[in-house]
Amino acid sequence: MKPSAFRYVVPADLQSAVHARAANYDSAVLSGGQSLIPTMNFRLSHPDVVIDLRLLDELDYVRTDPSYVRVGAMTRQRTLEFDDSAYRANPLIRQTLQNVAHPVIRNRGTVGGSLAHADPAAELPCLITTLRGELVAHGLDGPRKIPAADFFQFIFTTALEPDELLVEAAFPVLDPGEGWAFCEFARRHGDFALSAVACTVKIGPGGAIQRARLGACGIASTPVVLAECEALLVGNKPSEELFAEVARQAVSSIEATDEPEAQRRYRRHLLDGLVRRALEQAIQRTGARV
Amino acid sequence: MSTDTSSMRAVAGDYEVDDLVAVTMTVNGTAVEAKIPARMLLSDFLRHELRLTGTHVGCEHGVCGACTVHLGGRPTRSCLTLAVQADGCEIRTVEGLADFDGTLHPVQQSFRECHALQCGFCTPGFMMSVAGLLEEGIGNDLSDSELREHLAGNLCRCTGYQNIVAATRKAIDLRDGKEG
Amino acid sequence: MSTRQFGERVQRNEDDRLIRGQGRFVDDIPLEGALHGAFVRSPHPHARIVSIDTSAAAAYPGVHKVYTHEDLGPLDVLMPLLIPHPCITHGRTQYPLAHGEVFYGGQAVAFVVADDRYTAEDAAALVDVRYEPLPVEIDIERATEGGAPLVHSDVPNNVAAQFVQRSGDAEAAFAKADHITSIRVQVDRSTAAPMECLATAARWDEVSGELTVWAATQTPIGLRGALSSLFELDENYVRVIAPDVGGGFGPKILFPYSNEIMVPLAARELHRPVKWIEDRGENFVNMSQERTQIHYIDLAATSDGRVIGLRDRFIHDTGAFIPYGIAVAQVASTSIASSYRIPNIEVEFSCVYTPTVPVTPYRGCGRPHANFAIERAMDQLAQELGIDRFEIRRRNFIPPEEFPYAREGLIFADGLPVKMDSGEYDRCLTALEEALDVPAFRAEQEAARAQGRILGLGMAFYVEGTGLGPYEGGQVRVHPITGKIFVNTGLTTQGQGHKTTWAQIVADQMGVDSSEVIVVEGDTGVFDWGCATFASRSAVVAGNAIHKTAIKARQMVLQVAANMLEAGPDDLDLADGRVFVRGSGDRGATLAEVATMSNPLRYAFNKAAASATQFAAAASSDGPPLPDGKRPGIEAQEYFSPPHATWAYGAHGAIIEIDPVTCNIDVRKYICVHDCGKMINPLIIEGQVAGGVAQGFGGAFYEHLDYGTDGVLKNASFMEFLMPYATEVPDMTIIHQETPSPINPLGVKGIGEAGTIPVPSTIASAVDDALASMGAPPVRSVPLSPAAIFAAMQASTVPA
Ligand SMILES: Cc1cc2nc3c(=O)[nH]c(=O)nc-3n(C[C@H](O)[C@H](O)[C@H](O)COP(=O)(O)OP(=O)(O)OC[C@H]3O[C@@H](n4cnc5c(N)ncnc54)[C@H](O)[C@@H]3O)c2cc1C
Ligand code: FES
Ligand code: FES
Repeated sequence: MKPSAFRYVVPADLQSAVHARAANYDSAVLSGGQSLIPTMNFRLSHPDVVIDLRLLDELDYVRTDPSYVRVGAMTRQRTLEFDDSAYRANPLIRQTLQNVAHPVIRNRGTVGGSLAHADPAAELPCLITTLRGELVAHGLDGPRKIPAADFFQFIFTTALEPDELLVEAAFPVLDPGEGWAFCEFARRHGDFALSAVACTVKIGPGGAIQRARLGACGIASTPVVLAECEALLVGNKPSEELFAEVARQAVSSIEATDEPEAQRRYRRHLLDGLVRRALEQAIQRTGARV
Repeated sequence: MSTDTSSMRAVAGDYEVDDLVAVTMTVNGTAVEAKIPARMLLSDFLRHELRLTGTHVGCEHGVCGACTVHLGGRPTRSCLTLAVQADGCEIRTVEGLADFDGTLHPVQQSFRECHALQCGFCTPGFMMSVAGLLEEGIGNDLSDSELREHLAGNLCRCTGYQNIVAATRKAIDLRDGKEG
Repeated sequence: MSTRQFGERVQRNEDDRLIRGQGRFVDDIPLEGALHGAFVRSPHPHARIVSIDTSAAAAYPGVHKVYTHEDLGPLDVLMPLLIPHPCITHGRTQYPLAHGEVFYGGQAVAFVVADDRYTAEDAAALVDVRYEPLPVEIDIERATEGGAPLVHSDVPNNVAAQFVQRSGDAEAAFAKADHITSIRVQVDRSTAAPMECLATAARWDEVSGELTVWAATQTPIGLRGALSSLFELDENYVRVIAPDVGGGFGPKILFPYSNEIMVPLAARELHRPVKWIEDRGENFVNMSQERTQIHYIDLAATSDGRVIGLRDRFIHDTGAFIPYGIAVAQVASTSIASSYRIPNIEVEFSCVYTPTVPVTPYRGCGRPHANFAIERAMDQLAQELGIDRFEIRRRNFIPPEEFPYAREGLIFADGLPVKMDSGEYDRCLTALEEALDVPAFRAEQEAARAQGRILGLGMAFYVEGTGLGPYEGGQVRVHPITGKIFVNTGLTTQGQGHKTTWAQIVADQMGVDSSEVIVVEGDTGVFDWGCATFASRSAVVAGNAIHKTAIKARQMVLQVAANMLEAGPDDLDLADGRVFVRGSGDRGATLAEVATMSNPLRYAFNKAAASATQFAAAASSDGPPLPDGKRPGIEAQEYFSPPHATWAYGAHGAIIEIDPVTCNIDVRKYICVHDCGKMINPLIIEGQVAGGVAQGFGGAFYEHLDYGTDGVLKNASFMEFLMPYATEVPDMTIIHQETPSPINPLGVKGIGEAGTIPVPSTIASAVDDALASMGAPPVRSVPLSPAAIFAAMQASTVPA
């Protein structure tokens, strides 16, 4: 289990990284290496060229503005997890990250790497998709914004063009009083999710749900926004019956796979329960009652 | 070094497949210079080039944690890091845990006292992870299950973890100067 | 007077090196100029090899040699069937490198030796092997049916061995039973996954002609025997060293693996040391595996729950080959009646070939399977007869006064009749019942149910025949220069703490602290009589051998010192590294002096020697300096051969909660009551139990090798083979009970595997209890999973 040989390029800045990327069709971008290097060790991937972003300090930042928590692609997951301004602006980010792998992996793994890797069971892609966040790519023609919903296209496949790098992820901030939750089940602590649900809810003046965002991962080839569920929630007062209905709706979003019937049924049951749990927790955080 | 890099303005390094890459790092306080293939894993560099064989390799895909070392002060999987990525960095391995005079680090002391190791293969990686937690300021106010969540990420096949949990608590006490 | 160290929670002698990163595992051994090997392995579970083209690999820069079976010369022979048995009618073993056909995914086809492992892997990928895939059947029941694809074309129905054993008259018992209960249970394939994979390094000494092999093995002596016979070398030209070994758990007992032949061969031919370090990916398809068995077990009982007959027919998956014979199946078949009197037993098994990695013992070796079968059946019997689970076991226990209890007709894996030596089963079960506080739990369970929470209590009892022969030896020497005490055995240690336990045993005899006793094991250059570390036998067999040796060494010290100090041996005592005349203050000598004194040829090259010479006059006699029948030095060697296995036992209990959403199990309480006879070091024993429970829990709920119906292993990585982290293993309480074994001087029984055995049974029993009120079907196979628990909840007859 050793990587095969490759040409090794270490750009000193973003511009040269983009050029290196554009010039080498079969190249791999190396950020934290926590997904890329295992596949190279197994020789499941053997890129001709590895472009190491380690010198791109310009992509290592967390900046919070009134609308977004903006995170540079090279920011270590653990750095974002511990960032207090990000936590105040959107506590769901920290909670989500605590479900990503283990501290030692997060010490090294980057926010950009996780998003660019686009594992359909990964938590960060699920979070940014659910929140309607935005990703910034940078290619020969300069930067380009991509809504999260368009960014994740298939298993391990994103909207990045061959010459583009992911440079920033923008996570929307939560409104004051908005409730949030991230509920995941993985068989072992720190594993990729079997299923996970991200959720925010905002209660309106009359006690009805004014805004709801609900998304899931592990159920399809990309993270999924459960838009129909959101529609069911908005305008209604939170109740167990409502959540049950929403959960039933969520289950219909599970993509068919060739897994055995028993496993399929279990997945439906699991998602149903996680949706209900996430909604209950999020509502609780608004201070409202179910 | 390949020559077709003229179009790139700022390339700090571009190495053909067979080139060796010059790296410098500080390992357990000692400056190290070497020329290595770009694909060499940090775990192999430490073990086979520097003969620091205390860092073990149990899976080479990031799951077991046996290879954990501190890179720039943070616990890191050395099997998921190319040695060239550590260029210019500080590294600390299990060999650098004890003081120069041989005095054991709290985590070493507690692992021994609590019988937190059997075959000892996972132990260096475990101790480096726990040493990282101690430096991050982990406290004994955590419940057992919270503490176990911090320890997840390192596999041990021998101990059943019970004594590793106890050793971690003890190491926290030792760090805090509490009599263990 | 030094305090007795046997039985104390002594801290381990091995730890200081290991915590400082100074352990020496095979890959840590510095071998200047070593080359590195990599195997080309079959990607197919079963295929004919059409052609192998090694030219591109051989031409790759940095490659020294590429081997296929054609390059092996006299080593191109079938590897041994290590433990033959008359019932093995179709024994098959493999070649070091495949010959025209591969029989499992992972089988070694070619071996590349290169400057480093990176290059070796590059070249291995260039070896062009053309295969013609053959059909496979991996279901062990279907594999035995006519028409199923054959693993070995000349083995009908894929059956390697078939064996029936009888004790009493089962047929008669079933004829007169009031009640018969029958179930089918299944345990699935798993792997031991020690944290250190397999590893071999070899060096030929050009000067002495000696071959040295470092191996991550549980049996250096066995491996040396195999190597000297394969390479046709005198034993004293082959030295096998098991340095620090990073866990074993069974599979490292198998030898020789292909690598153990290829690495020394390459080292000889290339005149360079060679290393091969198995990586985790390979470990999943190369190192032997275990666990799949399907049991059909019937119990014949009286209406008050006394089991008078047991019939078990089971199928054992032996993988593609049967190098270790029927050991696993035989242990299962002779453990099936467990702690119960059951006077009439008939047990029959077939060992079946499947196109999968070969099967050899893994911690528990057939016992977890047998335990799962009998304990599931006992639970079912209890339920059918309306008797409490604890009570039905009590009614069937062998009572203390009936020991030794023989099961006439059943032959254990050591080739000796099953004879259980001692036990207080009822006391043990009662301790468990009390620790679980069953009445309090029932109330809690009831209350929880009202809130939609699902709690369950499970329990299981187990026995373990441990300490199998044939024998082990020990050597104790007092170093004449330093006075240090050295202990050697032919065993190896992979974490069990032999350097501490043997030291404790010797320290008590020699009057020193155990930290001062130096144990060296696992090196045939140091001690080469003995067998291996397996079957929870070390403490029993080697422990007693060392105990006998230490007594003898003590006598030697007393003899010599009696001469030196002009006192009778009976007036002398040993403490603090000295021997002295009891009650005389300082009339005595250090062990170094005694050791020096005991060797007549000496120079006063150090203090001990100088002072020993002062006693020379007293020691002189008229005869020769070394009288007939005497030997120089304090050096004793003794052996211990147990009359038969000694039977440890225990009871486990668990209180679990099932999350109705995730269907995951949370173990809220786990209790192990165990009895391994006299305890040498409770600290180490608790470690063995805890580690065993963790491994058992992995086998009960997490770890499963997922072979597809196409025979391809689908989860060959730690990402997908779910070995538990600290978060998945329950906290546990360990309760000790000590019933000495009457059949060895120390009174000890084995503990190495105990923790693992009853865990699947316990968890299954807890799940049954949790889901009983829903009318869910009982658990009949392990490993369980959330999906399996959900399926059981779905199949419930009463809505949740
Ligand atoms: C044991 C283990 C458990 C894990 N568990 C989880 C988990 O539970 N959940 C989870 O989400 N992840 C998990 N991970 C993966 C981890 O989070 C990775 O850190 C992350 O997926 C990738 O980040 P990275 O910075 O390491 O990226 P790398 O591994 O360096 O790169 C990943 C991929 O993204 C590409 N890439 C990286 N950066 C860029 C960029 N800026 N622009 C364009 N392409 C880029 C690379 O070319 C590569 O294809 C686990 C990893 C391990 C080893
Ligand atoms: S060897 Fe690095 S995590 Fe296992
Ligand atoms: S002590 Fe052996 S793997 Fe942890």
